[in-house]
This record gives sequence, structure tokens and C-alpha cells, in this order.
Amino acid sequence: MITIVDYGMGNLGSVQNMFKRIGVQSQISADLAVIAKAEKILLPGVGAFDAAMQRINDGGFREVLNTKVLGEKIPTLGICLGMQLLTDSSEEGVLDGLGWIPAKTIKFSFDKTQNLKVPHMGWNEVQTVHPSLLTDNLPNEPRFYFVHSYHVQTIHPEHILMTTHFGFDFHSIIQKDNVFGAQFHPEKSHKFGMKLLENFAKI
Amino acid sequence: MLKTRVIPCLQLIGESLVKTVKFGNHGYIGDPINTVRIFNELEVDELCFLDIRASVENRSPNLAILKQIANECFMPLSYGGGVRDFDTAQKILLIGFEKIVLNTIAFKTPSVLMKISEHFGAQAVVGSIDVKKNIWGKYQVFVNDGKEKISLDPVEYAQQLVHEGVGEILLTSMDRDGTWAGFDVEIIRKITDAVSIPVIANGGAGSVEHIGEVVKKGNASAVALGSMVVYQKKGMGVLVNFPDSQRLNAILNY
Repeated sequence: MITIVDYGMGNLGSVQNMFKRIGVQSQISADLAVIAKAEKILLPGVGAFDAAMQRINDGGFREVLNTKVLGEKIPTLGICLGMQLLTDSSEEGVLDGLGWIPAKTIKFSFDKTQNLKVPHMGWNEVQTVHPSLLTDNLPNEPRFYFVHSYHVQTIHPEHILMTTHFGFDFHSIIQKDNVFGAQFHPEKSHKFGMKLLENFAKI
Repeated sequence: MLKTRVIPCLQLIGESLVKTVKFGNHGYIGDPINTVRIFNELEVDELCFLDIRASVENRSPNLAILKQIANECFMPLSYGGGVRDFDTAQKILLIGFEKIVLNTIAFKTPSVLMKISEHFGAQAVVGSIDVKKNIWGKYQVFVNDGKEKISLDPVEYAQQLVHEGVGEILLTSMDRDGTWAGFDVEIIRKITDAVSIPVIANGGAGSVEHIGEVVKKGNASAVALGSMVVYQKKGMGVLVNFPDSQRLNAILNY
């Protein structure tokens, strides 16, 4: 059973819908008592960094999540903004992130000559840096759907699982111990996202 | 590298899928749910649904159909048509759509657009601009399913929408809609030069070459396909299809 944490940001229905399609049990919950019993956590998120951290802090999620993720070390996956929340800080806001993976979240900025429009929106490819259970056996030519204006930069290169090229190679999937982050939307990425979520369910 | 999105843009009238020609007469295509199942199997990049008569007929979005669509689709989804207030937009986003397409209301009540953008982010709001050339060759903007001309020119209007918080522009040539004659590259280029957000070119796609042309010459970030993905060929029967990915990749230089 995967617990999708509902701290009030993001489209949780789509994620649960994909879990249903691949036959994985999941529940959406905002109840701290339910989250305290979770076996696996999915941290979704769409929106602004500070708004999300504010809700996580004010809602009492932070303590429970810290216990589950750092104490009990249950498998945890942050997607999109949920990945950025795993880092120490973001240029989008002033609040501290969850700090589960040593990394920072940085704004994309390009010269006009590069002709790259921010947000990075659309389908892009991934390149493996370190193999992992999460990214095992992805279908050929894996591609995922991205929408983001900020990207994660890990401090230690061993935490990078995959990179994606947008002006430069940014860190699109990261891992430290039991904590994973993916910058794209697996729930909107056809068979590629299905495989990734299926892998997460098996970890 | 980031791929150019090629987006089937499907027209609804209530529960039926249709396809117009130049915003006028429409042909019946079929049931939207069956159609999206096919597009899901074809693994298309994204789907856009527009209930083209919802505003004119003063109807609200058909949330039941949208929910069924979202349950079938594992790709990004956008919806436009009859979204007149924040609450309706919120319902559609919670159903599992990523983006709300605003046309008439964006012009008439920009505060609705701004509220959706502030709450859900600019990436959740697509500004839809319908343009038509008058007999002197001047581009004009229309709202209300092409029935009402506004006084702003397309570049001014696009910049206004960006300022109000849209994250993307769906630019539709009314003259090219359903004609298979190719995109109106000229107006698309004018808008892509004037704004820094992605522009989706719509209206007139008839071949893979047209897609290549509007991306290269028009600088479009994404391309919407209508007739091409619901008909076999021009003047022929209904066939839900999508251009061959190798041909698309070749023309888009991957």
C-alpha cells in the first residue's frame, strides 16, 4: 500500500489513477495518524515551494514524515514539486525544504540566444548516471512529461540517478538511501511513468 | 532534448466529438471516450479538448465526460469551453486535467484568469486566441466561438494575456481551421516573436510537412492537430490516427 500524502497541493487523483491501472494499492491521506502507519510514501506537488512547505509545516506533516522517512527509512518518492521539497532550499522561496537529500533547487535561467522557454514544458529524455531499482527496465527510449521552472542540483554526484538535457544536463531523478525524487510527472508519462511507479511499488 | 509537442486538439459539443471547418459547419466524429482510448494507445504527447459551443450556448463544462476522459488518459490534458469561474476551473483541475484553456472569459473577465493563475500557477492556464484575416489582410481577434470581434490586435492581446498570467498561448487561425491547407505561419511568427511563453500553433494542419514548417519558420513550441487526426484524408471518412513517429522525428530533426 502506497500512501499519497495530501498536504493540499497537487493533483492527487491522476497519481492514484495510474496506480489503479497498474494494479497497485494506494490511498490518498491528509490524516497524520494514517501517514504514521504508511508503508511507502509518495509526496506529490504542483505549485510554489513556500506554499507547499508552509502547509507541510503548519499541518504537522513534517514531524510525522521525518519519523517515517529518516527514522523508519520507508521508501519515499517525491514527484515534481515533491522532489524539490526533498532538498535543503529553493530559489523560489525562503522557507527551508525537508532536507532529506543534500541538494538545492535552482531557477532555470538562459540567455536569449539559447532560445529556451521557461518553464521546461513537454516530453524530454533521460540518461542514466547510476542504475537503480526505481529506473530498472524502463521501456526503450524513455521519455517523461516535465513542467517546471526550477530544477534540483544535488551536492553529491552519487545521488544522481538520471539527468535530462535542457540547456545543460540537470538532475531529473535522484536518490539517497530510501528517498527518491523525480522531476517529471510519471502519472502523465504513459508506459514510461507506469514502469517507474511499478518499480517504486516493488521497492 | 525537449521534443516539440504534437497535440490532438479535439472539439466537443456536449458529449459528441465533432470537427469544424473555418469555425462553421461541423462533422460528427464520434464518442470522445473511445477516441481518447485510441490516442492513449498511440501514446500521443498531450490532448486538448475544446467544447466549442459551451460559451455561445451558455453551458457549463460536462464534468462527467471530463472525468471519464481523465480516467482513461495517462498524458497531459487541457480543457476549454464554458469555464466562467474559478470554482469550475478548480473542479476540472482536480479531476486530473493539467491546464484550463480560456478564450471568451479571458477577454471579458480577466480576473478569473488571474485567480486561476495565482492559485494553480501560470502553467495551468492556456490563453486561447482565435484570429482571422480581414479583407485588407489585417489580423483580428475574435471571442465567443469566432462570433465577436474585439478591438485589440493579436500581438497586443497576446501580451495582455501574458501579463495577466497565462503560461501558454493556443493560437488558432479561423481561416485555416479544418482546411488542411497548412498553418498560418505569418501570424504564429508574429506572436512567438512578441511573447516569451510557449505558443501552440492551431488551425490548418494537413501534413507532417506543415508541422515542420510552423515549428521551423513560425517558432511554435507545440502544434495542434484537428482534422488530420480524426479523418483518413481530406474529404474522406472518420479515422482516429496520429502521424508516424519516425516521420515526425525526421521532420523535427531529432
